[in-house]
Amino acid sequence: MSWLRLALANLRLSPLTSAVNVLLMALGTASIVLLLLVGTQLSDTMSKNARGVDLVLGAQGSPVQLVLATVYHADAAPGNIALADARPWMEDRRVDQAIPMSLGDSYTGFRIVGTLPEFADLYAANLADGRWWSDSLEAVIGAAVADATGLGVGDTFESAHGLVEGGHQHADEDYRITGVLERTGTVADRLILTSLESIWAVHGSGHQNHEHEEKHDDDHQDHDEHDHDDDDRHDGEHADDHDDHDEHDHDEEHADNHEDHDGHEHDEHDHDKEHADEHDENHAKHDDDHEDHDGHDHGDDGEHDDEHAADHDDHDAQHADDHEDHDGHDHGDDDEHASGDAAYDINTLRYDEEVTAVLLTFRSPTAAVSLPRQINAGGSVLAASPVTEVTRLLGLIGVGLDGLRTFAWLLIISAGLSIFAALYGSLRSRRGDIAMLRCLGATRSEVLVALLLEGLLLTALGVVLGFLAGHVTVELLGAWLESARGVSFTGVIWLSAETWLLLSLLIVGIIAALVPAVQAYRTDVAKTLAEAP
Amino acid sequence: MTAITVEQLRFGYTDKPIVDIETFRLEQGQSVAAIGPSGCGKTSFLHLLAGLLRPDSGEIALLGQSLAALSDTELDRFRGGNLGIVLQQFRLLRGLSVIDNLRLAGKLSRCTIAPERYQHLLKRLDIAAVADHKPSELSQGQAQRAAIARALVHKPSIVMADEPTSALDDRNAQEVIELLNSAVTDEGAALLVVTHDQRIRGTLDTDFDLGAIA
Repeated sequence: MSWLRLALANLRLSPLTSAVNVLLMALGTASIVLLLLVGTQLSDTMSKNARGVDLVLGAQGSPVQLVLATVYHADAAPGNIALADARPWMEDRRVDQAIPMSLGDSYTGFRIVGTLPEFADLYAANLADGRWWSDSLEAVIGAAVADATGLGVGDTFESAHGLVEGGHQHADEDYRITGVLERTGTVADRLILTSLESIWAVHGSGHQNHEHEEKHDDDHQDHDEHDHDDDDRHDGEHADDHDDHDEHDHDEEHADNHEDHDGHEHDEHDHDKEHADEHDENHAKHDDDHEDHDGHDHGDDGEHDDEHAADHDDHDAQHADDHEDHDGHDHGDDDEHASGDAAYDINTLRYDEEVTAVLLTFRSPTAAVSLPRQINAGGSVLAASPVTEVTRLLGLIGVGLDGLRTFAWLLIISAGLSIFAALYGSLRSRRGDIAMLRCLGATRSEVLVALLLEGLLLTALGVVLGFLAGHVTVELLGAWLESARGVSFTGVIWLSAETWLLLSLLIVGIIAALVPAVQAYRTDVAKTLAEAP
Repeated sequence: MTAITVEQLRFGYTDKPIVDIETFRLEQGQSVAAIGPSGCGKTSFLHLLAGLLRPDSGEIALLGQSLAALSDTELDRFRGGNLGIVLQQFRLLRGLSVIDNLRLAGKLSRCTIAPERYQHLLKRLDIAAVADHKPSELSQGQAQRAAIARALVHKPSIVMADEPTSALDDRNAQEVIELLNSAVTDEGAALLVVTHDQRIRGTLDTDFDLGAIA
């Protein structure tokens, strides 16, 4: 016969009262646990999804909406921006990485994101199967998309306009799946990634741009083939080529550079290897290149021809839609993607196009102080910091959570008071039993412990039930939200804060039992035996 | 060995003592009925001997141990290990079965009790059939027997009973006294019964008149 068994036996004397107390405690505990699990995982998920993104450049409007739309994919984007407007900031020396992204289409509710493969790095998402896209209208799908749709590598699907199901179908623009991502527990699981060109192609501008790109390639081919032996002719043809070049969707800066290029005197240039090197450089350096160019010697025209031709071939290869070089890569079964591949150099992007947003990563945290302010002062694009917006958002949510948490603690305090009332009430009717225990040899301390144990037992039963209910509810909620909203919560988790909560709740039980226990401790045995029936 | 020794015992809730005993002795294996009218301090006398009350003056020694020399906790443990107490209302714990009431007494005595001991007592007191019953399921007689079994479970040296026959008719009163006496003396213990029931007079080894003292 243990004290625990005695405590249980005493609680069974008033089964209804005990059950109500346990239920009250369980309700309060479950509420607290639910809020704790959801709040913590919500915060963690938001932080996890924003990991690696220091700043989002997008259309003017609500910064919260911009962050929600582009980082969490939980809202409609405020609009598009011209990639050219974002370019100065993408090339800013304080920026380590700039990843443009285009939204607007979806497939069965899963968003299609036109971006660079580097986008997946933000979510530490590696390929589980297949390879990265190498051509327009090829796509890599997240793990949840694969699970939900049953699609896999080699399958095709037709995108729909809009971010929810029911948008009009983009007929004749089937995507082909080339890869499936590993599950990451982030929003990437529910995304369909493709190239920016795919989005542009599906939305019309791409058709035009394809033509431009083809033309661009042809121009460069022409450029490669022109005869530099005749310096005058070279100037003229070069000028024409670059004039053609200007017509297509190369950025203006590039175009200007070529115009400058056309205008300078090639007679004085050494247009051989140095010219080749210049073309190997990125477009952003064209101004500088041409300053050097002024000193070139084009004397060895034959050499110039070869080098120039090779340069433009490289240039073409780097162009976003020219994936010949890219195709030569082994994209087989490994997890590597095209990160760092020259084909995705941001300088090869088509800056005449529009994108929904550009995700920036800073070289150092100090950029967070100055860069957003400078960008927003410019007015052409909006800069929104995910950390700031999420903190603001969680602050708003936190007010609600705090209210619910206060209510839950009130429930627990009510349960504590109820346990106190139950024990105190039962003590009055059990004074004779307490006295008998003392007659049988129980010390005052043992009687105190016996009563505390009863309170603790009631609390522990409620707390255990509450923890179970809380975790099961979050698990069920997580399963529902996962399928309905793409938000991932799990009840199969134990937070360190729960250990403290558990101890706190048990202390509530002890406090609730303390007064009745002390009363029992102070029982005047002789008087009780003489008086109690 | 002398089970109980009392010398010049005084106790009262007011200036006038309700317990005033010059001397009282009970030897091991003996039984005594301390008889007195209601209000004469019988229950207080029993509580004093059981260490549930501290006397105003005088000396009480049980089994040679002065109770005054023991702290409250030591007194509780001494009582649990050496005394068996049968109360008028029996006070079996309601949440426990008969056998569990016996086991609890065994635990609180801090003595090692063999499982056979419980069965022996249940059979000896003819309550084996209701061993798993709750007190509320017992008849008055069964409850009284269970209370006596509980008092004997740890083979105490002294058994004290407070008004064990007050609510019983003559036949049942006689039976209870005989049962208590035989059970206690079989165990070699000393028995003290405090009662106002004059029917008890002469049924035990000696009578001790409390009324004359008070």
